[in-house]
Amino acid sequence: MTSAATTSDTKAQTTARERRERPSTFALILNNRLAAAGLVVLGLIVVTALAAPILPLADPNATDPASRLAPLFSENHLLGTDALGRDMLSRLVWGTRVSLVVGFSASLIAALFGSAIGLTAGYAGGRTDQILMRLIDLMMAFPYILLALAIVAILGPGLVNALYAIAIVNVPFFARNIRGITVGLARREFVDAARLSGKGPLRILWSDILPNVLPTIVITLSTTVGWMILETAGLSFLGLGAQPPQADLGSMLGDGRKVMFTAPTISLVPGLMIFLIVMSINLIGDGIRDALDPRLRSGASARPSFRTRVAKGRETPAGDTGRQPGKASGSVHPPLPAGISPTRGEIDRTETSAAADLPPCGGDARQGRGGSSRSDKDDQSVHPTLAVRGLETQFHIGQSVYRASNGVDLTIRPGECLGLVGESGSGKSVTAMSIMGLVPSPPGVIAGGRIGFKGEDLTDASNARIRQLRGGAVSHVFQDPLATLHPLFSVGDQIVEAIRAHQSLSTREADAKARDLLDLVRVPNAAQRMKALPHELSGGLRQRVSIAMALANDPELIIADEPTTALDVTVQAEVLRLLDGLRRDRNTAVLFITHDFGVVSEIADRVAVMYAGRIVETGPTAEILTRPAHPYTRMLIDCVPVMGEPGRRLDAVPGRPPAVNRLPAGCAFADRCPRVESDCRRGEIPLEEKRGNLEARCLHPLEAGEALSGDVRTAATTSDGTPRHGRSA
Amino acid sequence: MTATIARRLLAAIPVLFGLSVIVFLMIALIPGDPATAILGSYATPENVARLNASLGLDKSLPQQYLAWISGVLTGDFGRSYALNRPVIDIVMERFSATLLLAGASLLLATVFGLLAGIVSAVRQFGFADKAITLAVLIGISVPSFWLGLLLILFFAVRIKLFPASGMVAIYGGGGPLDILHHLVLPAITLALVATGVIARLTRTAMLEVLRQDYIRTARAKGLSERRVIFRHAFMAALVSVIPVIGIQAGFVLGGAVYVETVFQWPGIGAMLVNAISQRDILLVQGGVLVVAASYVLFNLLADVCQTLLDPRLK
Amino acid sequence: MNTSPDPSLIEIRNLARTFGGGRSLFGTKKPELTAVRGVSLDLEKGETLGVVGESGCGKSTLARMLVGLDTPSRGTIRLSGENLTDGGTRALARRVQYVFQDPVSSLNPRQTIRDILEAPMRHLLGLGSRERKERLERLIEDVNLRPEFLERYPHEFSGGQAQRIGIARALAAEPAVVVLDEPVSALDVSVQAQVLNLLDRLKRERGLTYVFISHDLAVVESVATRVAVMYFGEIVETAPAREMFRAPLHPYTKLLIDSAPVPNRKRAASAGDSGELPDPYDPPPGCPFAPRCPRADEDCRAAMPRLEAKDRGKEHLAACCHPTPRRA
Repeated sequence: MTSAATTSDTKAQTTARERRERPSTFALILNNRLAAAGLVVLGLIVVTALAAPILPLADPNATDPASRLAPLFSENHLLGTDALGRDMLSRLVWGTRVSLVVGFSASLIAALFGSAIGLTAGYAGGRTDQILMRLIDLMMAFPYILLALAIVAILGPGLVNALYAIAIVNVPFFARNIRGITVGLARREFVDAARLSGKGPLRILWSDILPNVLPTIVITLSTTVGWMILETAGLSFLGLGAQPPQADLGSMLGDGRKVMFTAPTISLVPGLMIFLIVMSINLIGDGIRDALDPRLRSGASARPSFRTRVAKGRETPAGDTGRQPGKASGSVHPPLPAGISPTRGEIDRTETSAAADLPPCGGDARQGRGGSSRSDKDDQSVHPTLAVRGLETQFHIGQSVYRASNGVDLTIRPGECLGLVGESGSGKSVTAMSIMGLVPSPPGVIAGGRIGFKGEDLTDASNARIRQLRGGAVSHVFQDPLATLHPLFSVGDQIVEAIRAHQSLSTREADAKARDLLDLVRVPNAAQRMKALPHELSGGLRQRVSIAMALANDPELIIADEPTTALDVTVQAEVLRLLDGLRRDRNTAVLFITHDFGVVSEIADRVAVMYAGRIVETGPTAEILTRPAHPYTRMLIDCVPVMGEPGRRLDAVPGRPPAVNRLPAGCAFADRCPRVESDCRRGEIPLEEKRGNLEARCLHPLEAGEALSGDVRTAATTSDGTPRHGRSA
Repeated sequence: MTATIARRLLAAIPVLFGLSVIVFLMIALIPGDPATAILGSYATPENVARLNASLGLDKSLPQQYLAWISGVLTGDFGRSYALNRPVIDIVMERFSATLLLAGASLLLATVFGLLAGIVSAVRQFGFADKAITLAVLIGISVPSFWLGLLLILFFAVRIKLFPASGMVAIYGGGGPLDILHHLVLPAITLALVATGVIARLTRTAMLEVLRQDYIRTARAKGLSERRVIFRHAFMAALVSVIPVIGIQAGFVLGGAVYVETVFQWPGIGAMLVNAISQRDILLVQGGVLVVAASYVLFNLLADVCQTLLDPRLK
Repeated sequence: MNTSPDPSLIEIRNLARTFGGGRSLFGTKKPELTAVRGVSLDLEKGETLGVVGESGCGKSTLARMLVGLDTPSRGTIRLSGENLTDGGTRALARRVQYVFQDPVSSLNPRQTIRDILEAPMRHLLGLGSRERKERLERLIEDVNLRPEFLERYPHEFSGGQAQRIGIARALAAEPAVVVLDEPVSALDVSVQAQVLNLLDRLKRERGLTYVFISHDLAVVESVATRVAVMYFGEIVETAPAREMFRAPLHPYTKLLIDSAPVPNRKRAASAGDSGELPDPYDPPPGCPFAPRCPRADEDCRAAMPRLEAKDRGKEHLAACCHPTPRRA
């Protein structure tokens, strides 16, 4: 309801569920094969290094000029000896020990001081923040290693000094990262809530902010430890770290370089060890980052592809997709059987209802629809613009299959506006985005059904054909225009781009056309506004730009996904009026998704109500709003306050919708329904005509004008533990 | 636009000032008597007296700074007692070699890093992505001073394709082709880490951008996938990659220390290492100041590029 | 304005909040944005004051100042006659509490519900552990949640449940006034009624006074006893709820009411309103609504009219030179 993303509905549910079933962080790291491998390698190295004193190793510093530069695998010297005849294996183990200790110490020091600075700056804000961060910036103004060199230059060469230098140089990374997170957290509402609970700043920092920052500290630490080990080794390599006779891996490498051409292994072996340590730490670090970062955890970083994946061998229902007889399309598939089928009847019915419901305004629209009169039923010339049959769009996440759109039928005729209504998670957005294959995939899959656009089944269409239709015959208007317009390009450019994707016009012609479009959607100063970037316009103007873009190639169908939800009421009213006028003038079919019955009644001719991935009721707008047949529709209408009726009792719908990966048998609404009976849970319930022009997926529908019985409802609500109260203002 | 650039330039001034203060303080922070520390074995009484006079060690710190910075601004960085030459001459001579090496490396890193990042993101979870991810991981884990040795052993010693060290051939060298020939191995060595980091962040940025609503809009308009990825996604990703390239410039300039040492490239990094070993503090001071200042200027450039690309940052 | 001899529960006088401003390092003036420009309001015990307005009208800033989360740039807040303007959060939190718009982000993800609900009892009321335990169990049942929920973490709750926890947190300090900042707008419609009904019951049981901030006129109409309409940082109209919705004085209020989508109501053709607010960095001298107002004239553009009683009794005030006549 609030989120703009295509899959907002399903995603919200998914993440909520996944959080509930959160596997332990450690298990996640182990699941990552690379990270586990890193853990094993590093574990072996660390254990060996720790055990150095008790291992049967030669004295690492005992020189033996007689056996200098012994090769690999020579007797008594598995890894040979160095230029002074010292045992390489022993030196390697002891050197690793030194390198690990120095690297980890430097990391811990950097993490401690950096985090402290970051937390202080981020939470204190104001002047403290400014001064601290300017100092940090100043440190970062030096090239990384150069600052370490300068520090060593001051303190003098030596292992401990190198350790300090590397630690100091890394403080800014921690400080910056932690500050960024802290600033974000300090603005979060739960910190305000803590202040309102009477907590002082230090207590908030300790008990509210630090626990939330800790994962970031761990991530930063795990991704920089390897780097710090590398850098301390580097300083030793340059002769500025460990001084003889003390040796770490870096200084061993540095020593070996002098005899590189005669005995390359002396320098290559310690280098290989550094590489192994750093590599395994980096693998573990990535594993930890992936496990602790909630976004990566939920798989949100998957890249949506050009088009929603269509499952092969999917089930397709029999029935027409509104193919125009006699007009063969370019499709290679055999024509779908038209004629006498249940769907056929449905189309006729809906048409009648649309005709009955339409207000007598917009002569154009009427004409375009061929008068929308009964006589058309026999005339085969009017066919639906959109005929979706049995659409099944699913999200495959891990082992679970989320049936976001679970067998949906939709029919929209030219010039008609269908309002698709539902709560978040009902699958309304997913259904709409499936039409042009805009559901992100992975994880979205169209697992079944047909999407008929003027007789052509889009699930079978080629990518090129889909591209041709997108923005051409079928265009979209999305919810939040700030997020849906490209932030770096001017709105004029973006409209021109939309035009030129489908029409071969010169830049100048397209420019002129874009300006006309902006005039059409009543953007004041269109010529000037062409150069504006999206963020420079108000929400209302941005949405007008989106509409202009959608109109650029005279579409036959506009799919509008909550286009006014992010707007203020006065602006919403304007945009609705604009959209309504345009679609009537141009006889465009519109699929309008919203959660607001007020909005629906302003723009839609017909309404389809979705619940848990299915259409539960559909019919003419006025009929649905006043005399719905499905109890869910009734309850959804009744739970919202209506302007002008302040004394109205608001009845909450008890319980929650079922998760779409664990749908119950029978009616998905049964658990929340006051009219539920045992047959409701038994099996599939068809969407059938109930009375007049209403079709509902219900075994015990409401009669016209029947209210839900209060007694039954009280029982239902208390089962949720939410007693209702008569609300008289 | 000019105003924006001017504003960024102005903002760099305090940074440069702070930088100079820190570099200046290097001398003051040296434990013990600076003059003796700086001169070390060259500490004849005349030299000590001369140094004390030129550093103004008897004056207060702010006065010392003023004297020092006015010298620096006129190109007087003091004198290297180990080499017995003015610091500025040595630094400038060395700096051009470092600039060549670092510039070539950064160019390589940027081009290949961006390419690898894009391919990796577009083919997410595919073979190319996995191969690149692994290569990147190896790239950022391998010590450059070790990799340099490996490359020398293989390309210079074993197959004798490239020279092992130096910037020009001893006999008859010095032409552009000769320098290029010497440049290949050190530039690749130095570029490796930066390439990995840039590739990694480009991948992340591309994936982040590709999930944005405006990419869905671009697709909903019926644009070709090529246009969606290279114009809509890449341009937006570049905004967050440019500062990373700026930071990588610092890593490349710093990493030059190792690579120059390994390949005996006559740059400022190798010079600094020697100077530190010999406690030639004035030379260190001059070298650090010049490299750091050039880094600040490069970041300024990256900043301006980013602003040009993303007008929201104005 | 305050004619009764007893002071109101809360008296707000000329409250204003300005962001930015001042001078930069180089002495140039930084841009200044006024979110709330001189609001005066009285809150009587037991009422529910609805504050409505669109985004950017300053209603949230006003709400945050009322609970001390934000410090006013000018003006005073008195609680039962006591000046609490500069007391900060602690001074106000004991008496005035706050319910956030986004229920999930207002709960610390790493604390149990018990930790969250205990904090006000411990830090504001100074209760001992036994007393806290008793009160907690009563409190959690009061908001229709089960006591075992106390040991769970916020992510285990749905939006509606999380908002009930948010309400419980506000009530844990036993405040006299609760400021509700869009308490149901982040919730699904089917859950909104649950929360609204709960708020209604708690108010009656505990004798609370509410400030209910919302952009949704239908919700405000159903909960509020009195309504204040904000536009561009100022209150442009205030009246008893029924009166306001039946016969608004200010043309902006009328536009808002006419714009709200209502099931089964078709709207008249477009009036061509752009919906654009004035530039907040360069506010006009006169009525900020004048550019959009069908009734505006020179007077409106010259100076901002005062909020005062028109011809509808002393309860119904409007800041308008040319208020809408009763039969419009």
